[in-house]
Amino acid sequence: MNLEEAQRLLDEAREEAGHAAETATGPDDLADLERGYVGRRSPVAVVTEAIKTLPIDDRRAAGKAVSDYKAAIAETIERRLAAIAASAHEGLPAGERLDLSTGSHGRTRGHLHLVTQVQRELEDIFAGLGYRVAEGPEVEDDWHNFEALNIPPAHPARSMQDTLYVRLGAEEQVMLRTHTSPVQIRTMETNEPPIYVVAPGRTYRNETLDARHSPVFHQIECLAVDHDITLADLFGTIEVFVKRLFDDESVRTRFRSDYFPYTEPSAELAVSCVFCHGEGCRVCSDTGWIELGGCGMVDPNVFEAVGYDPEEWQGFAFGFGLERIAMIRYGIDEIRRFFDNDVRFLAQY
Amino acid sequence: MRAPLSWIRDFTPVEAPVDEIVAALNQLGLEVEAVEEPGRDVAGVVAARVLGVEPHPNADKLTVVDVDYGSGSTRVVCGARNVAAGDIVPYAPAGARLPELGVLERRTIRGVESDGMLLAPDELGLGDDHEGIVHLDRTTEAGADVRRLLALDDVIFDLSITPNRPDAMCIVGVARELAAHFGLPLHVPEAHAPTDPAVKSDITVGVEAPDRCPRYVARVADVRMGPSPAWLAQLLVKAGMRPISNVVDVTNYVLLERNQPLHAFDLDRLGGRGILVRLAKRGERITTLDGFERELETEDLLICDANGGPQAIAGIMGGGTSEVSDDTKTILLEAAYFARMGIARTSKRLRLRSESSARFERGIDPNGVAEHAERAMELFAEVGGARVAPAVVDEYPRPIEPARIRVRTSKVNRVLGTSLTDREILDALGPLGIEVSGAGDDIIAVAPTFRPDLEREIDVVEEVARRIGFASIGRTVARPEEQVGGLTKSQRERRLVADALVGAGLAEAVTIPLVAATELERTGAPVDRVVEAANPLRAEESVLRTRILPGLLRAVAYNRAHGVTDVALFEMGRVFLAPTSKEAVLPEERLHLAAVLTGDVRRRPVEPDRPIDAYDAVDIVNEVFAALEIADAKTQPATRPGFDPARAAAVVVDGRDVGVLGDVPPAALAALDLAPPVVGLEVDLDGLLGARRRDRTFRAPPPYPPSSIDLAFVVDEDVPAGAVAATLRDASGGLLEDVRLFDVFRSEALGPGRKSLAFTLRLRARDRTLTDDEVGEIRQRCVDAVAREHGGELRG
Repeated sequence: MNLEEAQRLLDEAREEAGHAAETATGPDDLADLERGYVGRRSPVAVVTEAIKTLPIDDRRAAGKAVSDYKAAIAETIERRLAAIAASAHEGLPAGERLDLSTGSHGRTRGHLHLVTQVQRELEDIFAGLGYRVAEGPEVEDDWHNFEALNIPPAHPARSMQDTLYVRLGAEEQVMLRTHTSPVQIRTMETNEPPIYVVAPGRTYRNETLDARHSPVFHQIECLAVDHDITLADLFGTIEVFVKRLFDDESVRTRFRSDYFPYTEPSAELAVSCVFCHGEGCRVCSDTGWIELGGCGMVDPNVFEAVGYDPEEWQGFAFGFGLERIAMIRYGIDEIRRFFDNDVRFLAQY
Repeated sequence: MRAPLSWIRDFTPVEAPVDEIVAALNQLGLEVEAVEEPGRDVAGVVAARVLGVEPHPNADKLTVVDVDYGSGSTRVVCGARNVAAGDIVPYAPAGARLPELGVLERRTIRGVESDGMLLAPDELGLGDDHEGIVHLDRTTEAGADVRRLLALDDVIFDLSITPNRPDAMCIVGVARELAAHFGLPLHVPEAHAPTDPAVKSDITVGVEAPDRCPRYVARVADVRMGPSPAWLAQLLVKAGMRPISNVVDVTNYVLLERNQPLHAFDLDRLGGRGILVRLAKRGERITTLDGFERELETEDLLICDANGGPQAIAGIMGGGTSEVSDDTKTILLEAAYFARMGIARTSKRLRLRSESSARFERGIDPNGVAEHAERAMELFAEVGGARVAPAVVDEYPRPIEPARIRVRTSKVNRVLGTSLTDREILDALGPLGIEVSGAGDDIIAVAPTFRPDLEREIDVVEEVARRIGFASIGRTVARPEEQVGGLTKSQRERRLVADALVGAGLAEAVTIPLVAATELERTGAPVDRVVEAANPLRAEESVLRTRILPGLLRAVAYNRAHGVTDVALFEMGRVFLAPTSKEAVLPEERLHLAAVLTGDVRRRPVEPDRPIDAYDAVDIVNEVFAALEIADAKTQPATRPGFDPARAAAVVVDGRDVGVLGDVPPAALAALDLAPPVVGLEVDLDGLLGARRRDRTFRAPPPYPPSSIDLAFVVDEDVPAGAVAATLRDASGGLLEDVRLFDVFRSEALGPGRKSLAFTLRLRARDRTLTDDEVGEIRQRCVDAVAREHGGELRG
């Protein structure tokens, strides 16, 4: 065999392999084809064997012809494999294909309670402003829930809240906390200023669950104490917070004089209605404003109760209900929705 | 309180548009809850004289009333009981227009035609009083326009006054605020009652408890009882009060105008012709004007006649035999100042509140008492033809001085974030009746005694802020200089746990932490340290939960009742255990995690659906272990109250029992009308968060191949597979990469009470390929250990 004959043999085999590949229907056929055209008894094996008998000068060219041939066969096989894969489903008998349009192994994702979602959002906004998240007990003593907050016994503010007392200690001395404000007191009792915290949590009233009342609900309280915290800081902080909360730079805030025993000056906080932008709608009862909560400068009596010098330290506090925020945002009609634990409600969020 | 604009204008000439007045009141903290303009929607209503009243032939609660409306007479059907022949009442004929009802039409009511209707206050747009028909002055001519008679062309502001502002609970107080805001003069004329020396005032007043009653003014007048004139009755109606008689109406008028509660006694019926103010005796009883008998305590203050007979609970409500009546000839008028706390305590304990008690407990002006009594006397003379005795009894042994408050301009600016000048501060305070002098950090503010809320510098700072308006305060943001904000580790991990459970398909619930004691018992929750509510509204919510599961079971019942059958809920929250030490007052609060599952896992059409079972709870707790990377955690078959003994496990972490999971037994479900399967899980999350965590030091994945061996052991039925797996792990000396139980098998050949557990062990060394000899050695160690510790025999 000379070089020319070898070349012709390989070319013919290559062409034949090309035709054979066309008829292959799967990987097994192509494995057979590979054995037949590059295996031990294939034409290329014959040529390879013959290379030693060729003149020295032709051996190099013959070697190249062999390797070109092998590469060509490999490519033919690869191409055919890809083509088979691409056209596989066309050939599949109906019913062998998985219908993945529906049905599953039964794993579905659950849902965080809407109040938790709102709470996390608020915590994260305040964390971004440098605040920490503080917590306190849900069953409180009179000192932390009332007295230290400048609400002495028989203070009219006590009758503003229906307190649920528990049978511990002296009569009417231990209660389910009526607000998250006692966490302010505990935080200040155990930390030196400056203080920047938010305190979210469950709060309680002696009420029966219905459309507008609930024995349990959630509040978040914000407290900042530093050397020169001002009323302007309070208003400014609320403004940036509210814009983030509603993700709307055009939300305006309104402050009106109000009264809370633990802050002075005190204000009621309202935001321009995020639905009608102040035009008046059902959500804002046609006022253009939505009341969110209360705020004010920490009363010096509160500082004295926790042993801070009111001449050295000033602070602000504000708080509001988490359910209220969720109700405004999603148009939820009744507070009881949050506590019925109806899966159809929970799964909406 | 309800403040008619026409009354406010008696004291300040406010002419601003209504919406500006509303904005001003709101900004000042006198929140406007409603604005009524009754005259706007009333037309065609006239005064009518009642000619006669007959029962309705077909309805017990209705009457048929004949009226003369000036230009004729007609009959109407009426539902109120307070109508009698001779009364003058507002009559709306067919065609008249009313605020809520619109244009009236003639209609037939139970077979009797009614030509219009007689009106209660609310139908005229005056508040929400629907108790009876309005009575007009008897001298009114039939046919007169009621809109004019009642001066309905007025604006009434319904205000919500915060408890720190008793001064704003009266018309003069509201006028003062508006005058200051609009820069108008405030003019409250000094009262002057003409006296008649012929009227004897031989009365005595004794105050036994001057700390509780620092001031007591008594005045005497001969009166002619009768109805009030129209102008007075109108204002009372508009302010939400019902006219009764000239004497009573004047006391209410002064209450509303000047914030001074007054009480008129019939002097001839006061034993001993005098007053004794004393504390009640324990168990002493008095029947108050509302008809209830009240039992008193020694802290309650009584107004008695000179013989000691109780006539009123001081400052709260009358209740003696000396109340004024149509026959009263001479009155003793009480104008007093009672200590705030005493009134608040008694009012709260007796659950008895009145217009008087609301004002006394917030604090009236002790130095206005005599002047306000004089105002009442002036009005008695004017509207009741009274002859006023010249003598004034004024028991005021220790006059209350106004508070002198040092105010620093620097402090005002430091709190408000402003740069106000001394002058701006002085100008802000003056119009509120606060006398100011001085400058810089030595301003002296003398607070009027009608403002008991002004005691400290900060109180005055608030007044400055109110006066300059919050809109003129700047906007800055305070940030901590040194603190890095964010969550604590525990807070972050709780989020992780919740997220893991959401990923596992559970919805988060929030249940009410108040439950019934029986519910705790039924569900196996601890009951030895239960905290009870002292004043619960319902038995179902009378104790604090010691476990979350009872609440979650209620939630399952709610969902089942609403046709939701597949329920997977979790809750993270506190449980409460009564303190165990003597010193502790507050309960121990522990953070728990609970979950409940019921219904089917839906897998069709891929595979058949299957009911939830206890393994699903194991999966859930494993998700939590994984999220927290707990190093040593397992579920171990165990018997626990509230769970099916055959299908329950303890959750064990670091060898400590931190929770329980398993099937809730049918007995506990029956009470909620639930059927199995319901699977529960309750874990002490505080305990879990405190557990040891997996070591996170880097270890390179070994490049050497693993060796697998299968081992099957025959053991007694009560040997848990998890315990055998743990033994295998220990015995393989750190070379065990994974152990998996792949078969559990029971047969006659194995014998009763025996089972076969088949495990696959994957072994791998970190530093070499294990030789067959080594693998054989480990295999033998495993076989020996299982034999030793569990009596397990290798199955051939």
